[in-house]
Amino acid sequence: MSHFIFIFIQALPFLLKGLEFTLELAVISIIIGFGIGMLIAIERVYGGKLAYGLSTAYIEIIRGTPLLVQLFILYFSLPQIGIHFSPLVASVISFSLNSGAYQAEYIRGAMQSVEKGQMKAAVSMGMTKWQAIRLVIMPQALRKVLPSWTNEFVYLVKYTSLAYLVGVPELMAQGELVASRNFEFMDVFLGVALVYLVVILIITWAFSFVEKKVRIPGV
Amino acid sequence: MKLLEIRNLKKNYGEKEILKGISFEMDKRETIVVIGPSGTGKSTMLSCINMLTKPDDGEILLNGQDIVKAKNVEKMRQKIGMVFQEFNLFNHLTVLDNVRIGPLKVKKLSKSDATRMALENLRKVGLESRADAYPAELSGGQKQRVGIARALAMEPDLILFDEPTSALDPELVGEVLEVMRKLAKDGMTMLIVTHEMSFARDIADRIIFMENGYIVEEGTPQKILSHPEKERTRQFLSKFRRES
Repeated sequence: MSHFIFIFIQALPFLLKGLEFTLELAVISIIIGFGIGMLIAIERVYGGKLAYGLSTAYIEIIRGTPLLVQLFILYFSLPQIGIHFSPLVASVISFSLNSGAYQAEYIRGAMQSVEKGQMKAAVSMGMTKWQAIRLVIMPQALRKVLPSWTNEFVYLVKYTSLAYLVGVPELMAQGELVASRNFEFMDVFLGVALVYLVVILIITWAFSFVEKKVRIPGV
Repeated sequence: MKLLEIRNLKKNYGEKEILKGISFEMDKRETIVVIGPSGTGKSTMLSCINMLTKPDDGEILLNGQDIVKAKNVEKMRQKIGMVFQEFNLFNHLTVLDNVRIGPLKVKKLSKSDATRMALENLRKVGLESRADAYPAELSGGQKQRVGIARALAMEPDLILFDEPTSALDPELVGEVLEVMRKLAKDGMTMLIVTHEMSFARDIADRIIFMENGYIVEEGTPQKILSHPEKERTRQFLSKFRRES
């Protein structure tokens, strides 16, 4: 145990450096993914045939292929047709696109679980459809989506470890770097796991706090 | 000019004809109650009047302007309030915000004017003291009174009531009907679909009896409820008396 603590403390500055990238990747991607998700969800629920078709195709393609393949296409394949991204940018794009598809499905489900009468009441008083979505449907849907959104964020934090494979010096990559120097594979990767675990527990706790804060009284 | 004129209104759902040519007129300050068996298109007719359902044929004129052909449907809907069987209060908003959101976001009144408007109408339905409550914290009767206040706050020319007491426990029906009686007396124009026959007799200037997508008969409560001309009306009323 004391050996682990010694190794862990030695590795910690490197791991924290990596954690910065990990969080940066996760936070930026979940935010961009949220924007994509909102857009796609609204198109799928309220959009015309074309918008529905396109957004459904997007979701199916993203969900039907591994994230790692998507990342490799962005980073290794696109340069062959002259499109180059840095490791960090390629990672952010692929994680955002990927998370956007999943978030779209969560948001769509939540929007559809808001009773039909809410839309009717909003529109009947003279709101435009867009006002009704913004003022009535979304505030309720986003509350309902919070638990799955927490899950998505947790997944995303862990999935950013894939960025290590295109050379982003995130948490996993830093662990690998330390372990390849001191050969303490057991303790270093246990340490990496521990850092992920603590971060994710904090995120989960923070979101359940938010969930309680925005709960609708009486519901 | 009539406040509302409906001419030959038709609506099909697929093969099924729901409204087969409805025509009637309403004056300002008039209260009309629509009665008839379930599934005869009463609710469909209401939802056509504010274009929640698009009619297949016919004209709906509000102050002489055709709603069906109107370019700005939202503008027309502002003049037609709607009270729903299931209340449909906005779950995430307080009572005050439910009533205020229309004047504030649709009519674009200032926050203080919208608040004043909301409180004034909450007072009319006797719920000023519950302004900070959320819908889920209210009884059914209170919810429906907020629903009425929400419609009133838009200062509509006309309010449509779609079976406003059908989802309520019997002991809560009275408070909602009481509010509606007061509105009728204050001169609000109301088109009400209901199964509350004694209420209809009290409140209506005219009663319309609808069946199978047609208006069978219309007239004063006295005429329709006590001396109906048509056999169908008599049958409906006698069946109704047996049930109630």
